Amino acid sequence: MKTHLTEPQGKIKDPIIVCEDVHKWFDDFHVLKGITTSFEKGEKAVICGPSGSGKSTFIRTLNRLEEHQRGKIIVDGVELSDDLRNINLIRQEVGMVFQQFNLFPHLSNLENITLGPIRVRKMTKSEAEEIALSLLERVDIADQAYKFPAEISGGQQQRVAIARALAMEPKIMLFDEPTSALDPEMITEVLDVMRELARSGMTMLVVTHEMGFAREVADRILFFDEGAIVEDAAPADFFDNPQHERTKLFISQTLQH
Amino acid sequence: MEDRELTQEIKPPVHTKSPARWLKDNLFNTWYNVLLSCLVLVVLFFAFKTLLTWAFTEATWGVIPANLQLFGVGAYPREQIWRVWSVIYIFCLLVGLSAGIWGALTLRFALVLGGVWFIGALSPFELSTRGWFLGAVAITAGSLLLGRGRTNLRPWILGAWLLSFPLIMTVLRGFGENGVLTSNWGGLLLTLILAVVGIVVSFPLGVFLALCRQSDLPAIRWISTAYIEAVRGVPLITILFMGNILVPIFMPGLDINQVLRMMLGITFFSAAYMAENVRGGLQGIPRGQHEAAQAIGLNYVQTMLFIVLPQALRSVIPAIVGQFIALFKDTSLVAIIGLIDLLGVARSVIANPDWFGLQAEVYLFAAIIYFIFSYSMSYGSQEIETALGVGNT
Repeated sequence: MKTHLTEPQGKIKDPIIVCEDVHKWFDDFHVLKGITTSFEKGEKAVICGPSGSGKSTFIRTLNRLEEHQRGKIIVDGVELSDDLRNINLIRQEVGMVFQQFNLFPHLSNLENITLGPIRVRKMTKSEAEEIALSLLERVDIADQAYKFPAEISGGQQQRVAIARALAMEPKIMLFDEPTSALDPEMITEVLDVMRELARSGMTMLVVTHEMGFAREVADRILFFDEGAIVEDAAPADFFDNPQHERTKLFISQTLQH
Repeated sequence: MEDRELTQEIKPPVHTKSPARWLKDNLFNTWYNVLLSCLVLVVLFFAFKTLLTWAFTEATWGVIPANLQLFGVGAYPREQIWRVWSVIYIFCLLVGLSAGIWGALTLRFALVLGGVWFIGALSPFELSTRGWFLGAVAITAGSLLLGRGRTNLRPWILGAWLLSFPLIMTVLRGFGENGVLTSNWGGLLLTLILAVVGIVVSFPLGVFLALCRQSDLPAIRWISTAYIEAVRGVPLITILFMGNILVPIFMPGLDINQVLRMMLGITFFSAAYMAENVRGGLQGIPRGQHEAAQAIGLNYVQTMLFIVLPQALRSVIPAIVGQFIALFKDTSLVAIIGLIDLLGVARSVIANPDWFGLQAEVYLFAAIIYFIFSYSMSYGSQEIETALGVGNT
């Protein structure tokens, strides 16, 4: 069952992320050209677009891995600014999964997951381990807890990375091309975990090229091109009735193979 | 399934060669290799023959046992020698406890240490000295047994190692006139003190400088860079001379002890090199590691402490230990300033008319001592690398 609570650019009842005219430059290169949008609690949004369109940069501004230079970003009621306390506050509420997994190679899979809860949430070791083990169970690799990241497959690493982000009990999960570095047969196992997460009601922003996943899971698809949101629609409209030429071209090219 | 079982049964081919075969394949396979091998063998034969003949027939080794205390502690007064033994006992106690608790490399170290004391106790020294040695054996062994399996003491032992530092200094120095002036510290004792202080202080200082050099704040980055480049641009001996001569001239009111000045010189010098080694390791850590740490909410200090430094330092262990070894050997430069460290003792023994013309014996002995300590550090670092290799690809 799919719910379409949002009209594109329409009114949102309970926004958890609000972006107003967000701009970002890398030196002279204008990556984000005035992004204005908002996301609702529990919403699943897929962000797609050609490489260099600013889609990754955009979700990285949401937990301030990239700084925006103009405009306003409010996450869970806190405005992102230079204030370090705000940044750390938001990072605790926003989980992130990276294309290259970025697990900590010197820590076991279990320690990768417990580090945040112990050091940031100030849990005891046994509490954190209990949570970590149940999360590993949830992503279906409980038997890999005491191995190191280098000893497991890419798909398993990405699932540990998802568990690591979930261990902080975030309100929002950001996925930055989570399956792009994976072999085809491992993509499914990661997408399955993400589907399960979506069903549980998590707010999710997913940058991905997996159009099947987008059609199935997303409430809303945002298409980025040259630093701006070109199309913002529910999946059915997005795929079957795109409004812009650029979107049509992109869809025809991605669905070709 | 059947295919898989089939492949599992095939074992990799084994190549074993008899020693004779290996020699033929590697050293005597062509006419010019035969020629070179024979030439090298002849040279090696004569070199060893000369060395061994000298060592067993001509050398006057009596100079070593006769000056053993001098080599050990220099001019440290005999009636105060209990201070040195107390320090050794503190060290043995901590080594023994650590060995019992951690095992592995620390255990092997404790066993070697106990073995050295045991040999000392069996050697034909004065009875009192052999008693001291025997005590060291007892303390090493006793604390080892005491510490066995008490893993809950780990943080306490680490704390004790840190606290032992000022304690050891205080015991060695004593207080006022009744103590032992640092100008009387000498021999291997002085060499080890300079090296240990240099290593223990320059390491965190180097890490700190490396982090500063990567800081986002330009002022901190520039100061750190300027310090590192300035120190690296000057020979250590110049810094030691400056410490020895310029500090008293420009700061006449400031009466800093000479040994302390040398310690500071060595430490500050080593820290600059340490910083560059650590920076090399820091640069090898991918940006994704920083980002992943930040994304779970770790702050800067936590990111460095738990994520970046453990990986960065592990990757530069060889360079860091190389720096430690260099520092250990560089402490011999204080002999030029006038301190009587191990090399200083060697020079003064040679200058003694009683032992005239025995440079070769004395210097060879000093070299062997330096080698034993340097190689131990090198061996230890290889063991640590292997132990930390888990999960590191």
